[in-house]
Amino acid sequence: MTEFFQTLGMTYEWAWFTSTIAGILLIALPLMLAVAMIIYVDRKIWAAMALRRGPNVVGPLGLLQSFADGLKVFLQETIIPSASNKALFLLAPIITFTVALMAWAVIPFNSGAILADINVGLLYVLAISSLGVYGTVIAGWSSNSKYPFFSAMRASAQMISYEVSIGFILICVVLWAGTFNMNGIVLAQKGHVLGLFNGFVFNPLLFPMWVMFLISGMAETQRAPFDLTEAESELVAGYQTEYSSMSFALYWLGEYANVLLMCALNATLFWGGWLPPLDLPVLYLIPGWLWLFIKIFFFFFVFSWVKATVPRYRYDQLMRLGWKVFLPVSLLFVVVVSGYLMATGHFGGHSA
Amino acid sequence: MIQVIAFYLFAALTIAAGAFTILSRNPVNSVLWLIVAFFNAAGLMVLCGAEFIAMLLVIVYVGAVAVLFLFVVMMLDIDFATLRAGFIRNFPLGMLLALVILGELVIGVGAYRTGALELGTADGTAAPAPGASNIEAIGALLYSKYLFLFEAAGIVLLVAMVGAIVLTHRQRGGVRGQDVARQIARRPDEATVNVKPEVGKGVQL
Repeated sequence: MTEFFQTLGMTYEWAWFTSTIAGILLIALPLMLAVAMIIYVDRKIWAAMALRRGPNVVGPLGLLQSFADGLKVFLQETIIPSASNKALFLLAPIITFTVALMAWAVIPFNSGAILADINVGLLYVLAISSLGVYGTVIAGWSSNSKYPFFSAMRASAQMISYEVSIGFILICVVLWAGTFNMNGIVLAQKGHVLGLFNGFVFNPLLFPMWVMFLISGMAETQRAPFDLTEAESELVAGYQTEYSSMSFALYWLGEYANVLLMCALNATLFWGGWLPPLDLPVLYLIPGWLWLFIKIFFFFFVFSWVKATVPRYRYDQLMRLGWKVFLPVSLLFVVVVSGYLMATGHFGGHSA
Repeated sequence: MIQVIAFYLFAALTIAAGAFTILSRNPVNSVLWLIVAFFNAAGLMVLCGAEFIAMLLVIVYVGAVAVLFLFVVMMLDIDFATLRAGFIRNFPLGMLLALVILGELVIGVGAYRTGALELGTADGTAAPAPGASNIEAIGALLYSKYLFLFEAAGIVLLVAMVGAIVLTHRQRGGVRGQDVARQIARRPDEATVNVKPEVGKGVQL
């Protein structure tokens, strides 16, 4: 896109600047629309699993429900508790929302269609996902209320715990791909198994890693069954208790943007991203971004499915799963995967 | 142009955030300003082409260390008067620390001025080409020339971790923990008994 703006007579620097801004808008605006629609999808799936109809009044098939909700919260009054730390109270939802958008910069949508093609792409994702905890913790503290504070402490412990095993899982992926670049990781999955299957998930050594990544992703995004931070039977609404109107909506949007990001990471890191599932020429007729969207939608369905069917974890069970199961198993797999790659001389993604 | 703007933006914000870290009255605000400072330092790292270090800075310091700081500071019930009272008493120590850090900075700049570090690999070949990515260059150095230092650092950290766990670990009696393996291994026929009591008679359990 930089070249296009250069043909309009800009210098390289300003063309780059303008094209980056345009790229950000090109990702963020459809993402917002996707979040609005995915909230509707989530409610529909959840309703279908509970044999209900779900939203079906606003617009055809209830499709405009999210927009009606958005308009509603927009017109509501923002209530700021008088005992709260006002600046931080308003900053917290902004942090959550911004962080949820930032990581999309390194998701490849198609061959070359990536906003920031940096060679530390996966580390960038890790860095951004480790920031997500601040939105929750600051909200819990600045509300100056007991339930949000409990929720904030739960959230920080939970997110740090699962980030550790996510880190080890991603190391396995990086070892096999030989690069931290997100597009490189996608391309390394082309014909990965038997020259036919595109995706690390078809590799017997990495399949358990994917299962753990999916579950850790649910814990990291605080989705059911790991939604202990907003366990309504114990903590009212957790860290969101004191929030109202748009500041509450920002949490909502940020949460779903994070869930979509986790689905996109699942697709990109393990299921071949924008590549079709099988390495057949006829499948490449379907554009890459469509494959990615299909995969994201599939994983979102899995997330909703789990939310509708699995009861909430107890907090000690959550910690046990993170530290006593996922951490040792993922650490073992780092050793196994690197040992296998060393033994087969495949180290570094290219046979040495 | 954009690089210059970005540099001065990041640099000014780093210094401002650093100043606010010291000056803000509320410790929670101090930690948050510290996080802003870390962030802008990471931005400066990216500007000088050290994107790996920048990401590590964010992951380690912002993602883990600062969270712990925040955790501790938020849970403390802080009495600001006692906090102020220690200021004069601890002032000489603080000045000493500041002087040590200043000295280190001067030595660092002086060493840099005398010439670039000769970073080569163990077998005597030249340093990795500047075109190689950060991670490859650091890995090539760390696992060849500085392998033993690197592993020694790893052992020191491991010992520190074991020490921390040993110091904080305590055995509590009377805790009814969940034994997941036992729960899963339980079968209906060993967990339940089918009794047919006669009319008017109870059941001995």
